[in-house]
Formats: sequence, C-alpha cells, structure tokens
Amino acid sequence: MVTIRAQGLAVRLGRHPAVSGVDLDLGPGQLVGIIGPNGAGKSTLIRAMLGLAKRESGTVLIDGLDSERLSRRAIARRVAYLPQGQTLHWPLAVERLVALGRMPHLGPLSRLSAQDEAQVDAALKRADVLHLKGRVATELSGGERARVLLARALAVGAPALIADEPLAALDPGHQIDVMDLLKAEARAGSLVVTVLHDLSMAARYCDRLVLMDRGALVADGAPLDVLTQARLARVYGISACIQSHGDWPLILPTGRVKD
Amino acid sequence: MSARRHPLLIPVLLLLVVVAALGSLTLGAVPLSPARIVAVLTGGGDDVARAILLDLRLPRMLLGLIVGAMLGLSGAALQGYLRNPLAEPSVLGASNAAALGAVCALYFGLAQSHPLALPALAIVASLIGIGALFLLAGPAESPLTLILAGIAIATLAGAGISLSLNLSPNPFAAMEIMSWLMGSLENRAYGHVWIALPCVAVGAALLIADGRTLDALTLGEDGAQALGIDLRHARLRLMLGVAIGVGGAVAVSGAIGFVGLIVPHLMRPLTDRSPSAILLPSMLGGAVLLTLADIGVRLIPTASELKLGVLTALLGVPVFLIHLMRERRLW
Repeated sequence: MVTIRAQGLAVRLGRHPAVSGVDLDLGPGQLVGIIGPNGAGKSTLIRAMLGLAKRESGTVLIDGLDSERLSRRAIARRVAYLPQGQTLHWPLAVERLVALGRMPHLGPLSRLSAQDEAQVDAALKRADVLHLKGRVATELSGGERARVLLARALAVGAPALIADEPLAALDPGHQIDVMDLLKAEARAGSLVVTVLHDLSMAARYCDRLVLMDRGALVADGAPLDVLTQARLARVYGISACIQSHGDWPLILPTGRVKD
Repeated sequence: MSARRHPLLIPVLLLLVVVAALGSLTLGAVPLSPARIVAVLTGGGDDVARAILLDLRLPRMLLGLIVGAMLGLSGAALQGYLRNPLAEPSVLGASNAAALGAVCALYFGLAQSHPLALPALAIVASLIGIGALFLLAGPAESPLTLILAGIAIATLAGAGISLSLNLSPNPFAAMEIMSWLMGSLENRAYGHVWIALPCVAVGAALLIADGRTLDALTLGEDGAQALGIDLRHARLRLMLGVAIGVGGAVAVSGAIGFVGLIVPHLMRPLTDRSPSAILLPSMLGGAVLLTLADIGVRLIPTASELKLGVLTALLGVPVFLIHLMRERRLW
C-alpha cells in the first residue's frame, strides 16, 4: 500500500516551465491514467514525483514522507518506474535485464535468492515474455523489448508502478494484454499510474484520468467526466466522436478544430 | 541466476597470471638456467642469480601485474559507467594529468632532489585533474559532459607535456621526459612497488565495489536512479578510484595506453556482457597482458630496450581493429 501526494509541484526544464502548480493525490488500488498532448508535462510530472527531475517548488510526499528526505533506495522499493522509450546500453540477456528489477531489495554484495528468482520468473510470465528469457534484449523487436522492460518494472514487486507510455510499439493484442495486466495490478491493491495517448484505452481501463495541458492539471476525475467534447477541443485541438460500445466508451478523434 | 561468465574464465585467468608471473621471473636479457632460478626461489642460489631475480625481475614482475590490473579494471569500470566502449583512463584525463605531474617533477628537477617527488606529483596531478573534471562537468550525471570535460583536461595536460619538451633545457632532459611518456617498467625497485600497491589497492576497491551501479546504468540514468542507485555518490567513487589508482600506476610506469581499452573488449564476449561481470576478468586480464608485453620488450632484440607503452600501442591497435571488424561483421 502506498500513497503519493504532490502539492504545488513546479518544475523548470532550462527556462521552460514544464510543470506548474500541480496538486495530485494518488492512493492504492487505483489505475490512474495521465493524458494530455505532447509537451504537456506528463513525463516531467512523473519524473518529479520520483525525484528524478529537480523541482522548483512544491512537495512530494510518498507514504506521507517528504520524498527529498527518502533515500533513492527507499523510493525504489515503494515505486517501480518504467521510463518512456528506454534505451538499453549493453546487450544483456532478457533474464539478466529483468533481474535488475530486484536491485532495490539486494543487500550489498548479496546474490539473488531463490525468492528473487521466483519474482523474476513471475514477472516474465505476467508480461508474456517467458519464452524470450534466454534471448538478448537488444536483438528483440520494439514491442517485445517494451514488454521485457515492463517485466523489469514488475520484477521490483513494489506497491506502486508508474509506467510512461507502456503501449507505445505494442500490437493491439498486446496493448489489451498490458492494460489488463495494469488493471489486475490495481485490483490487487497496487497504485498504478500510466501515461497514455490512446483515449479509448484510457477511458476503458482507467479508474481515474488526469488531464494535463501546458504544464498544468486541467481536469482530474472519472474518465467520462474528464473526456468531454469541449475539453478535447480546447486541450488537444480535436473534434472527437464519443460513443459507447457495450459497456465501454469509444473515443475516436475525427478532425482538427481550427480556432 | 544463470552463469554470468564462463565458469572457467576466472580460474584460467588466474592460471595465466601465474604463468605470466613465472615467465617474467625466468625470461630476460640474461639467461638463467632453471636450476639456478629454483635454487634462488627455494632460498639458496648464487649471488648473481639472487640479484637478478630478487632485485631486478621480482619488482618488475610485481609492477607489471599491479599496473596492468589497475589499467584493465579502470577501463572496464569507465566503459560501464560512461556506457561507451571507447572509454579508458585517458578519456577522463586521469593518465595524462598524472603524466604531466611526473613530467613537471622531471622538468623542475624535483625528481632528483627526492625519490618520492615524482610519484607524489603524479598522484596529486591526477587528483587535481579529476577535481577539475568535477568542476567542469558540473552536477549533472550525464556521461557526455564528463567525456567532453575529460577531453579538455587530457588535451590541456598533453599540451603541458609538449610545452615542457619544447622548453626543456637540453636534449638529455627531453630524452628523460620522452621515455617517461612512452611508459616502461625498466629498472624499477621495491620502492616503486610500495608506491603503486596502496594506490592501486584503494582505487581497485573503489571501482570493483560499484559493479551493481554499472549494471543498473544499462537502463540509463533515470532507470538506474529509479532502481535506488545514488548516481552522485557512484560518480564520486568512480572518479576517486580512477584518480588514485591510475595516478599511482602512472607514477611508477609512465603512461601506458591501450591496455585499459582492449582488455574489457577481450573479456566481454566471455561473459554475459553485463558491465559488472567484466570487472574482475578485466583486472586479471590486464595484469596478464601487461606482464606478457613486458616480457616481450625484454626479449625482442633491439639496440635500446623497447618501451612498454610503444609495444602495447603497436599490439593494441591491430587487436582493436580486428575487434572492430568483428563487431561490424566484416570478419
């Protein structure tokens, strides 16, 4: 169980204010989608919450503790992070790569225990990459690599998971698999935060959507309350067809709004 | 976890270290019969054999192992940290700064006034170089700023060395400086071993302890930090390790290139290619390679003994090119 609370969070990248005055309260058992156009500050917000981007003002509380006072290791054990479009710098085997996820739990100079290895195998299985275990990660396809990196984040076994665009490069079948997986994590009591661009997926799976625009948080609530025609036009500059398909909403961008 | 390196890699490398060490004791300009060598090693032997073995060849052998180990290890650690397979100690300016320190000691005549002046100045210069690197690279953890700052320092140190050659009062002083720049283990004594050993021990301990950080950096800086790695501390340990270790090594051997670059490349295919798995093999491999090269310079019949740094560069470039062609699948 973990809670993350951002209060008045502001981040500057160079001179550009990337995130300004964001208040966000995230608790266990939720699948929270962060949406917004390119450059809205979604990734920067996430990085600031993890202490990876230097914040200009505001606080981030993880489990009620100021994240600046927490060690990197303490944060790493609470929150697993899957960065956007991660590059791999050495051609590691898939199994070795996923096992890196156990690092926050290892003592100095200790080796992986049988329990650690079981966690690694479980993560490989859940991300549907167990069959790639012996392959070299840099020789996989983009989608396979994305799932291996998701397995790496799952292997941490942290009570919170923050995934930045986990669906990029995935085929439609695996997009559904990954969203089902994230949903199952949330249902099992984890806090799952994910940046998404597919609005239908976001509306269908997420318990809550956070809409960002030019560094500010412009809407936060149930998916269909957030995704209104007027907001899509204002924030994304699109007109969209919003329908329901059975129990699920379908949001189909139909054109650019000229203003 | 499955085997991270070939199970026989470390035993074979240890065996090679022993073989190279024995070779360094038994082979040299003056041929000694095996019987005389065994006699000395078992505590007896004639005076000439004792002098050659214990006072000349033993310190030289020890230095070859120590310096080679440090060069191999620091190359492996730097390639892992900078995520750049071209990194070696000279990339951060550590070796060049140390060489400049040594050259200054020679140029200003300090080396003659006190035997410790030269190594001390080399180590201090290497620390100053790394300190300047810190200031130049700023607080960012990015490897690119570090490499750029390292190149600036290496170039500046190189210019300083050239300047001292340029201004050196007589050809003999220039010769002495030159020979230092080419690297050699000729005429070394136990005093040199006692200078190099503690520095290399401290440097190696700092570098070898950080294997896990290097592995985490496979995922980039954000990825490593999100796994609980404190990169600022890791960088401090790495730079101090390189400055102290390489500074101490260069202080006794002069600048020897290519060992730090090549050894990690030779070791990587024998492991699972993770940066931590090549640290220990590169340390042992560096010790073997430099000791063998040092035997080589003694045995190759030339008018004046070949300098070690010249031989490692001559051998190193072809090995590197073969490796490059294999990587590009041209071989």
